[in-house]
Order: sequence, then structure tokens, then C-alpha cells
Amino acid sequence: MNELRRLPVWHSVRIGLIGGVIMLYICLVGMVEVFGRSDIIERVISLGQVLLLLTGLGAGYLAARRAGEPTNALTVLISGVVAGGLTGGLLTGLVVIGSVVNLRAVFINASPALYNALTLGAGPNGAWIPLVGGAALGLVAALFCLLPRRVRQSIVNGLVGVLLAGLFSGLLRVILAARPGWSAELGRFLFASEGLTLAGALLFFILAGGLALLWSQSQATVRERITRLPEAQRKTLRWAMLGLAVILILIFPQISGAFIAQVIVLVGIFALMGLGLNITLGMAGLFDLGFVAFFAISAYTVGLLTSTGEHGIAQWSWWAAAPVGVLLAMIAGAFFGLPVLGIRGDYLAIATLGFGEIVRLLVGSDFLRPWLGGSFGILAIPKPWIGNLELAGPQQIYYLAVFGAVLVAFVAVRLRDSRLGRAWMAIREDEDVAEALGINLVQTKLLAYMLGGAFAGLGGAIFAALVGSIFPHSMNLLVSVNVVALLIVGGMGSIPGVIVGAFALIGLPELFREFDEYRYLLYGIALIAMMLAKPEGLWPSAAIRRELHTDETDETETNPGSSSTVPAS
Amino acid sequence: MAILTAKKVTKRFGGLVAVNALDFTLEKQTIASIIGPNGAGKTTFFNCITGFNQADEGEIIFDGVPIHRLRPDKISHLGISRTYQNIRLFPNMTALENILVGLHAHLHATWIGAVVRTPATRAEEEHAHEEARRLLRFVGLQGKGDVLARNLPYGDQRRLEIARALANKPKLLLLDEPTAGMNPTESEAMVAFIRRLRDELGITILLIEHHMRVVMSISERITVLDYGEKIAEGTPREIQTNPRVIEAYLGRGSAADIPEQAVRPSVSTLPASSAAG
Repeated sequence: MNELRRLPVWHSVRIGLIGGVIMLYICLVGMVEVFGRSDIIERVISLGQVLLLLTGLGAGYLAARRAGEPTNALTVLISGVVAGGLTGGLLTGLVVIGSVVNLRAVFINASPALYNALTLGAGPNGAWIPLVGGAALGLVAALFCLLPRRVRQSIVNGLVGVLLAGLFSGLLRVILAARPGWSAELGRFLFASEGLTLAGALLFFILAGGLALLWSQSQATVRERITRLPEAQRKTLRWAMLGLAVILILIFPQISGAFIAQVIVLVGIFALMGLGLNITLGMAGLFDLGFVAFFAISAYTVGLLTSTGEHGIAQWSWWAAAPVGVLLAMIAGAFFGLPVLGIRGDYLAIATLGFGEIVRLLVGSDFLRPWLGGSFGILAIPKPWIGNLELAGPQQIYYLAVFGAVLVAFVAVRLRDSRLGRAWMAIREDEDVAEALGINLVQTKLLAYMLGGAFAGLGGAIFAALVGSIFPHSMNLLVSVNVVALLIVGGMGSIPGVIVGAFALIGLPELFREFDEYRYLLYGIALIAMMLAKPEGLWPSAAIRRELHTDETDETETNPGSSSTVPAS
Repeated sequence: MAILTAKKVTKRFGGLVAVNALDFTLEKQTIASIIGPNGAGKTTFFNCITGFNQADEGEIIFDGVPIHRLRPDKISHLGISRTYQNIRLFPNMTALENILVGLHAHLHATWIGAVVRTPATRAEEEHAHEEARRLLRFVGLQGKGDVLARNLPYGDQRRLEIARALANKPKLLLLDEPTAGMNPTESEAMVAFIRRLRDELGITILLIEHHMRVVMSISERITVLDYGEKIAEGTPREIQTNPRVIEAYLGRGSAADIPEQAVRPSVSTLPASSAAG
């Protein structure tokens, strides 16, 4: 066995087997069939096929790159072919076994249709096709490995461009078709009824690949030119960029249409909650798994105060009701913080979990049904008005959400850089020492709960305006978990990280609705991969980033240092 | 005049009496040490002063105010700061931020003031940053303000911890083994630094220390604890010749055999090493 391990082929075999198992998994959970229905390029390639191709190419590439340490073209090619062939070979095995034994009793997706898809329509007689196809993919990947770096990069960028354009083709087509004239023409040219047209795919490939190539070549010189500009001009440039960004944000919903605007509003609402939890958890280190409670309290308050339906009590305008909702969420924060003040760490997570569930069960209970509507919720919540303008749909609520998120992010930044932010972080780091330095733990912790609750409350108020009705089931535990997850994915304690995390965890899954039941499978895989590859988050806080950076410089600094001390001693 | 007076302070943990009816007085602007074998109750006594532990019996009076029933943050506001035996910085905050937290008690910005950034808040923040940078320079950490505390070398961490304690503008500074893990040269520097604190800032200093050389060279008064009880008190010279101290350190019976040699070497080497350093 050890002899075997020393062979250079060993790695290729291992990678090939792993790739094969992934392929088998993709096939047997039915992803090939489901994703086979959505074309990336019309009648040329479907998403299911892309998944299989990527697995084969990936296995070949990994194996080839490993073999390529001492550059030897032949080993590289052989490694790629072996890994790719094995990956495909497992599928051949599946087809062969599947044609003899009925696997459907266990694997419901192991159907003749799957075998046909894998053998390009040849059925059991074409069992060799995945094997040869896999080997060919491995060969392609290995050849790709031998290309110069720059070429490789632009090819990858081009392919990613095509893939993204294909994935979002439905959305992009609708956006382009909304306006007649050249825009609709362009839409018909680029997009077919399902996926891209061949010409569109080529265009996207050239565009994405070419642009990336241009950028990689000119990036350094552009940077240099900007730094060489005088300070005054650099300032104007910054303001110009900021102005451009603001204009883009302002006209965005008109371009994107209602669906994307709605997604952005949801992202904004979750960003608001994330910013709130970022204060309690990210800064002060107080775990909170019941965060949805503040969201619910504010949403119900706004619902009750504004609704023109059966449960409405005041018929206020949204603008009058929202501050009350936020205030009540804030008070709830204090009320909820008091009993858990002395609890630390993991225990706090469980205690807060209970709080979130209590609020959800209360608003859904029969006991409070006469006032809160029980599981039928509160209906007929009117939209907010600005003067004579009704914020009727997501394209208008969008402005409310974006403004709210920007405002709260600003407040969060100010708080972070203040005496209070430092006190929160000190409590997160070492509660006892913080207290010994004169920080009043009760006050500071309660303030963290209150402000966190207020931020989430604003999210709830906007949610009530967006949906126009509130039900207990939208206040479930999953919301709290999502908020914690987006904080971790974005980078704990980082304010831009919250926004990035909200886009990644709330925005993307909404856009990938066509994946339906596989959405959360992919979501889970992405979360695990993310935690393995980048545990500090997508946009870590400045201190953490600085530390990652100093670690690098430390290494380069200590290496010559330590080597010079050796002869000295 | 006494700045700190402890009367019959007792602290029990279950059946264990960590500090037993301890009477203790500390004069203003002195440097005093508490010594004793491991488990003698030195750190527990520190914890009673700073409010980490509440004394079960007795009272502690600081600057005329009884503090034995106060919370740690209140005690800190009165002007007592401390460092810890195993350094307890805020590891994921920068050196500057650590000191800024130390300044917390002297800042008054409310959260609304921080959000709106009123002129008062802004002036206060600027002043705090200036003060923090001054303290960094004072302990010799200039230019390291942006380094995360956990990435600082050990000696720097000790000094940062003292800077953080000084930020509170304390009248009384408690140092728990300030030279632990230091080599003789570093300890010498630390001793000189502690003297500077007293001479330049007029701070009263109480330290727990195991390095006899440091204790004997720096202290004006020494208190010896054993099993939670005070067994001796006096000047370094008196302590060195006290038979009960020698017995506590070296075991019963040894006092008769080696009364002076046991402690003398550590004292006699001191002038030589300080001259070398």
C-alpha cells in the first residue's frame, strides 16, 4: 500500500475517485435531471451538464496541477487523464450496474432517463461514453494547466461571465424586454426563451474575458496614476465616484424592475437586523438567537397602529407608527436584556432562543387572537406616503429600505468608533477586566441590547410596509439563524461585512429560486466551504484584516531574523 | 497618611480561608510589596480590594471611602487600577484601543452624542486619543498603537497593561507580579519604571512579587502572607531577618540553621547586577 502511495499516479487516483463520488452524488440526488431543464446556452448545454463538466474538469485540473510541481508536460497530461477518466469511470460503473440491477428501489433518480443523459442518448450500450468523456475532460483540464497564467485567467473569467449570464438570463431578459426599441432588440439577440443564444454566449465570453484581461494589465498603471494625482483632484475623483454610486443606487429600481427591487428590499431589511445583531453579538459579544423578536414586535406595532383592517387600532400613517415600533423594540431590548445580564456565552444563546420563540408563539396564540389576529395575522397595512406619492410597491419601498440601511450603517459606524463601541468590544474580550476598568456592565450591556433591538425594529417596520400584512409564521427561528449566519459569513463585527453577508445569504438565494429544493443544499455546501476557506468572513473588520496582513509581514520579517541569529549563537 | 486601610478582612472559598482577618495599612506615595508562598492569599487580597471578590468579613477603606461593598467599576472610578498575574489585555483590540478603554471612566460621551458627534464629544475623543498616545510613549510603546494587543511581544504586553491601568489616572496602582517571566535586565528596567511612576506621577504602588531581588530593592514596606494570615510586616531589612518568614519560605527548622545566608545572596547580588544593567 505504501509502495502504491509513492507513485505519482496515486494523487490522480485519489482526486479522480473523489470527483467520481461527487458526480455520483450530483446524479443520484437528481440534480442532473432538474437542472437539465434549465439551459445555460439554448439547446447547447444545460445547467445539469455544466455541473458534470465542471466536476470532471475540476478533478482533472487539480490532479494536473499537483503533478505539475516539477514541470513535466507528460506527467501533467497523464495525471489529468487518469483523474478525469476515473471520475467519468464511476459514472460508467453506475450505468453498467444500473442496466443490470434496478437501483430505483433505493435511488429514485437512477432512471433510464438519467442513463440516457449520461451516455448522450445511447443508453446502456454507450456505457463507455462517460469514461472516455471524463478522460477527455481531464485532458482538456491538463492542457489548460499548461497554458500561461494570463490566458488561463481570461478563459476562466470568460466562462464565469457566460455562466452567470446564463444563470440570470431569465431576469436579464425581462429587464431588457421591458423597454421597446434597441433594448428589446438586444434582449432578443442575447437571450433565447431559455438561456443564452449561441451568439450571446460568445459575446459574453469575449466581453468578460477581454475586460478581465484589460483590467489585469492596466490595473497597476491606473492605481499608480490615481496616487500620483494631487490631493485636491483625488478628492474630486472620490466625490465623483461617490456621486456616481448614489445616482446608480437611486435609478437602480427603475432599471431592475419590481422583482429585483423586492430582493434588494429584503436584503436591506436583513442588513438592518444584521447591523443590530452586529452590535449585540459582533461588538459586545452577547449571543442572541432570538433576534427575530425585536423584528416581530416592531412589525406588529406598526401593523396594529396603521392597519385599516379588523385589528387596526389607530389608522396612523406609517411615519408616525414606525418610530413607535422602533421605540417598543428598543424597550423590549432592555426588558429582555435584564434577566439574561448575568448569563454568559453558550448559555446566553439558549436563553435568547427561548425569548424569540415566546414572542412568536404569543403573536400566533389563540389567547391574543382578538387583538393580534392569531395565525391569520394583521391585514390591510397601508403603504407609506411621502407627500402625495405613495410608496406602493417594492420599487418605491426600495428607497425606504436603502435609506434606512444607510442611516443605520452610519449610526453603527459612529457608535463603533466611540467610547461606547470600545466599551462593548472590551466586554466581548474580557468582561471582568472591562468592569475593573470602570465600565458599568449593566448599563453598557443593556444599551447594546436596546440599540440592537432598535435597528431590528426598523427592519420590522419596513417589512410591514413592504408586505402589507404580517403573519406569525414569518417570525420564525430561521430568521434569527439567518441573521447570525449572515454576520458570520460577512465577518463578525464588521459593518460592511453585514451588507456583504446580507447580499450573499439573502439576495443570492432569492435570485436562485429556480433551483427550488436544491437551494438550501447548495446554501449549506456554500456555508461549509466558506467556513473552511475563509473563516474570518467575506469582509472582515479592519482589525482582523490588519492582523492577517501583519501575520504575513511578520513571517517575512522573522525569517531572515531567525536565520541570522543561528550563526550568532 | 494612609491611603488604604484594611481591617480584619476575611475571604473564604467554601471551607478554604484564603484571607484570614488581615489588617493592612498603606501610606500615601509608598511602594509596598506583598509576598508569600503560592496560595498565601495575595491575589485574593488584591481581588478584595478591586471588588472582584467581596470580602466576607471586615472592611476596606480607600481614601476615606469604604469600598468593600462596591462594584469593581465604582472602585475603579475612585482611583484604583490593577494589572494581572497572567496578562489580561483585550487581545483583539489594538494597543491604542486598550488604553482608550482604560480612559473610559474619564469620558462622558453618551450614545446620542457619539452618533451626532457633537463638538463636545469630538473634543473629548481628540483629547482621549492624544492622552492615549502620550501614555504609549510614556511606557515606551510609541509607534505600536495600531498593533493588536495579542501580537505584541511579552514585555510590551506587560507595559501596555500598565499603560492601560495608568489611563484611569489612579491614586493607587496594584501590580500583580509585574516582572513575572522577565530576565534580570528586563526586571531592572521594570523596577526603574515602577519607581518613576511613584516619583513622577505620585502614585501609591502595591505589588505582589516573587522575585526577591525585585522586592527587596524596590519596596519601602513589605507584608508577608502565609495561609491567608499576615506573618510579618516591615522594611526589607526587617523581613530578611525575620525567623517566621524564613520558616514560611524554607520550611520548619531551617530558621535555626541558616538565618541570614538564605536571604542574603539575593540581596547582595543586587547592587552588582544593577550596576551591570
